[in-house]
Formats: sequence, C-alpha cells, structure tokens
Amino acid sequence: MKIEIVKNILEANDQVALLNRETFNNLNVFTVNVMASPGAGKTSLILEAIPRLNSSVAVIEGDVASSIDSEKVARFNIPVVQINTGGNCHLDASMIREAIKKLSLEGIRYLFIENIGNLICPASFDLGEHIRIVISSVPEGDDKPYKYPGLFSTVDAVILNKIDLLPYVDFNIEYFKNGITAINKKAKIFPVSCKTDEGIDSWVEWLKGENRYK
Amino acid sequence: MHELAVTEEIIKVVTDASKGRRIREIVLVIGNLSSFIDESIQFYFDKLTESTPLEGAKLSFKRIPVKLRCYRCREEFIPDEEYICPYCKSIGGDIIEGREFYIESIEVEDEDRDSKEYT
Repeated sequence: MKIEIVKNILEANDQVALLNRETFNNLNVFTVNVMASPGAGKTSLILEAIPRLNSSVAVIEGDVASSIDSEKVARFNIPVVQINTGGNCHLDASMIREAIKKLSLEGIRYLFIENIGNLICPASFDLGEHIRIVISSVPEGDDKPYKYPGLFSTVDAVILNKIDLLPYVDFNIEYFKNGITAINKKAKIFPVSCKTDEGIDSWVEWLKGENRYK
Repeated sequence: MHELAVTEEIIKVVTDASKGRRIREIVLVIGNLSSFIDESIQFYFDKLTESTPLEGAKLSFKRIPVKLRCYRCREEFIPDEEYICPYCKSIGGDIIEGREFYIESIEVEDEDRDSKEYT
C-alpha cells in the first residue's frame, strides 16, 4: 500500500530557523549569513565592515575546529561566539539557537554569522538570517558560480574578494557575473579587495541600506 | 557528511507515517540544485537501519533536473552549462525546478492482505 507523504526533509531545521528569525526580528537584530569557500576572506570582510558600520555588531563564528577567527574578531571588542562543528560541514538553525543564548543581543544591530568554509552544504540550511551573502575570491577562479549554482542561486549578494590579484590571474569578470545573473537576477555583485580596501565602502553602504532596523 | 542528519530525519518521518507497518520502499525527491547525494543518503540509511524494522527497505531516488523559465522569452528549458535558452539564445532564467528535497511517499506492507484485495 502506498502512503503519500510529501514532506520537506529539512522541515525540522526550517522550523528552528523560523524561531531564530522571530528572535532577531523582536530584538531588531539584522542578521547576515556569510558563506564562502575556505580562505575566500569571510573573516577579513567582516572585520572590514565592523568599523564602517558605526553600529553595534556581534559575530557568530562557525568553524570545524579552532578559535582562530573568533579571537581575531574579539580584538575589536565586540561580542563573539565560536561554534566548532567537529567535522560537520555547515551550520544549522539549532546551532545558531544555542549560540544566541550565549550572546547578549539586546542593542545589537548587526549579527554576522560566519558559516563553515564550503560552497555546497550551507546553501541548504536556513539559519533564520535576513540576508545571505557569498564571498568568492579571484584565485578560486571565475567558474565558481557555474560549479556551485545551488549556493549562488540563493544569495542576496556576491562579494568578489581579492580583486587586487586580477592582474596576475586569468579571471574573466564578465563570465563570472554572467554565471550569477543567469540563475539569480536579484543578486548584487560587489568586486572588493580587503587588501587595498577597494569596493569595501560600497558593499558596506549596501549592507546598511538592507538593514531594516537601523 | 550532512546526509547523516537528514537521513535520521527521513527515518523519523517514515517511521511515524508507517504506523508500525513494515516499509518496503521510500521515495525521495531530490532536485539537482539541492546539496544532497543519493549514495551518501543510501550509505547512512543502510548503517542506521541495521537490525531495525527498516532494514532492507528500498530507497528510491527521483532526481529533478534544474529547469529555468527564460528571463527574456519566458519559455521553460533545462539549461546547459552556460544557461543559454534554446529558444531565444539569451542567458539565464528564473529557477522553477531543481531545489526539491522531500519524501514523496512510502510503500508499506498491507496489514490484512485479504481485505485489501477489494479496495
């Protein structure tokens, strides 16, 4: 006998994500899910944004192991919680639920969640964020949007980092951009360099514009 | 390895739905844009169901290709690697299929085969 089920397998995660989003909404905390492959510059980009936001910021750092990134963030004297997933390839909504218990979100206006360095799994897991961004970097190559459409198709913005390396790398920006807009018209694309600061201001201005709780 | 958690979820859902009847088959629908791999789900399923009533149940995977609706001419197409619309040759479209990830149905053994003959 056949029994129809038609049930979203990620429903349990999505329900917790909904609770997280309610928490963020109630406290007016604008939450950004930052995704990228390892070494693309997630932490650097967050650190560049913090002084430019002129606002109260908190960070949740996701890593398989170590507290290297959270220590970097803590030097800015802002609240940070480290999640070590112990091998798990993405953050999920319940990990965020636990992490926000350790953060005092009262008065916080921006919460960055730095996801695990990985262009595959984080795409599937809603954390309760308001926007999701992916950071891609020039040395990774211009084909990343074509190879990881699952992630690039779900983001609100793509930050192309390390553009100071463009003279040294075969990287076709038009090809890269086409790979994004072909499956994600709404995504904003910001070429930046954390090394030279080029483009960082316009990305941060966009972020401020997105924040409904300013 | 994120298939472990989702496989546990699949087992929980189908066990609830089967109401104690033996499950012969579980049909999963997975879009090609989702990040889940059939072989990996199968691997964890086999491990997790060892010596349980679910042992030996068949997992069937229905894979859904990505389908776009062309931004320009609005025709639906299954894209090639560069997302070129075969109708108007422009690039890209809105994603209308390919993100699916759900349990479609299960096949359970009938409680009373004789009475089911007439249904």
